[in-house]
Amino acid sequence: MTGAKAGASASVLTEKKEKTSLGAKLLNAPYLLWSAVFIVVPILMVVFYAFSETVGYYEISFTAGGREYVCELPAAEDLTLEGAKEQAAAQAGVSLADATFTHASLEYRSGGFTLANLKEVWSPASRRAMLLSFLYSLAATAISLVIAYPFAYALSRSGAKSQRIQMLLIMLPMWMNMLVRTYSWQQILENNGVINKALAFLGLGPATMLGTSGAVILGMVYNYLPYMILPIYTVMSKIDVSLLEAADDLGCNWLQKLWRLILPLSVPGIISGLIMVFVPSISTFYISQKMSNGMIKLVGDLIESKIKDQWAGGGLNVGAAMSLVLMVIILVCTFVMNRFSDDDGGGMVV
Amino acid sequence: MKTLGRIVSFLVYFFLYAPLLVMIVFSFNAGKSTSVFSGFSLRWYGELFSGGGMLIECLRNSLLLAVLSAVIATLIGTVAAIGIYRLKKGFVSGAILTVNNIPLMNPDIVTGVSMMLLFVFAAGLFGALNATNFYTLLIAHVTFNIPYVILNVLPKLRQSDPTLYEAALDLGCTPQKAFFKVTMPQITSGILAGLLMAFTLSFDDFVISYYTSGPDFVTLPVYIYSLVKKTVKPNIYALYSIILVAILVLLIVYNAILSRSDTKKEGN
Repeated sequence: MTGAKAGASASVLTEKKEKTSLGAKLLNAPYLLWSAVFIVVPILMVVFYAFSETVGYYEISFTAGGREYVCELPAAEDLTLEGAKEQAAAQAGVSLADATFTHASLEYRSGGFTLANLKEVWSPASRRAMLLSFLYSLAATAISLVIAYPFAYALSRSGAKSQRIQMLLIMLPMWMNMLVRTYSWQQILENNGVINKALAFLGLGPATMLGTSGAVILGMVYNYLPYMILPIYTVMSKIDVSLLEAADDLGCNWLQKLWRLILPLSVPGIISGLIMVFVPSISTFYISQKMSNGMIKLVGDLIESKIKDQWAGGGLNVGAAMSLVLMVIILVCTFVMNRFSDDDGGGMVV
Repeated sequence: MKTLGRIVSFLVYFFLYAPLLVMIVFSFNAGKSTSVFSGFSLRWYGELFSGGGMLIECLRNSLLLAVLSAVIATLIGTVAAIGIYRLKKGFVSGAILTVNNIPLMNPDIVTGVSMMLLFVFAAGLFGALNATNFYTLLIAHVTFNIPYVILNVLPKLRQSDPTLYEAALDLGCTPQKAFFKVTMPQITSGILAGLLMAFTLSFDDFVISYYTSGPDFVTLPVYIYSLVKKTVKPNIYALYSIILVAILVLLIVYNAILSRSDTKKEGN
């Protein structure tokens, strides 16, 4: 390229840069706005509700003597709707008989700052649920790793066509609705389900499986095992075969090969697999509900039941506080796990 | 090692497919039970196809929602991916990508609850009676779909050759024409993969829908969740056996798209 030409194209390039940067801003605007409103603000909402209290009040309006009255009374435990009506009339100086009520209801709104919701997160029932969630999801993650690791290795060493078909086989159940699959497991483990039928045929059982920790952990492993297999498989399929051959040539036995070669190279896949199994396991409510017939309550179950109460009893606020704590626990756990992957130097594979 | 791998593989596939097998077998159950088999019959399939019923209505809702949210998310996500690609790597692009990661990293229940709180808050502000309805559900689905679209499109953009685009400009193309003629074909497979992924995620979602949908528009998973508390009949198994076949076809198409783009890359 001649100097003049290079200069010309450089000037074109700088001109283009200016143009695209304005264009880029415009292109980014819609999603920036969308994610600000629907991703960032909701997170702030969680914080807001977690630290605020719910205030109940009676909204009462009535007419008496041709005048309209609207009044708001703070709700109290010993104040019924009828009592609130009486009070409202009394406050307006109207006898109850003269008043025609057009509206009377118990309403809620967000009140001031409080730490009571977080205190409820630290209540014994909730502490137990958090500990159980943590232990169960830890167990489910560990079991998934133990199953997925040899499986992913075998998969990555099989032929190209077999790999393609097997990938399809692994992904197929993932796309089936989790409620239906979990429900199907529930039916298998039931007292008169398939397993107990088989046991009875052998003259054994019946074994009560639903409601045990094992059933809940099984549900977690079943639902999230593919999330462990896929990332580990991805890093393993990138391992250079000549490295494995070199290890063979240099006299490594399979244990040394695994420990000194395959394991270090697959660390990034393991880390993302751990996170992808741990996060949905610790936050599930459907699996624990189905696999324990509602007997085992995890954090997700508590959040779900609190949020269902909506305003009553400050359900939204306590649910938000639990969500916030869950988010922080997960953030810390993923941060710790990601640290591991950096320190091991395995990051170079990605 | 090899035989161990084979045994583990077999057990894993057995484990993964056992409930699906049970589902298919009991979808042909003559009785009403989903755990006691009382004879072969096609009655549940017949019931699905003959009478509409709640199940079919909810299926229609779920499909409509999945198509709408996937298309909207693909539009916004593709534009956003191009925008991010054109930004210089720095604070802004880092911030966008971090925010983009939030729905991917957060558990569904937190995403669902956080969006629901936003809608409850907004309903309080505007004095709306129902905090959640079809539109809030659509917004929620678009929101959790966009990151997956970006995740599929952005790498394709980064793989694409920028000099081709510049050459098109040098040869007199307008930026728009250069984009649609040169850049677009290079990222089409990513856009399609993103669209397909968004569709399936939306169709399958339960937790986020559970918190952001209203009584006016019930999706299939939300309906099934409400059912399970009473009793489930094998008609759900029949419906999902059909869906299983549909998903199998979809996955094969998806794989074909992926492998086509792979061979193209190798060809280049």
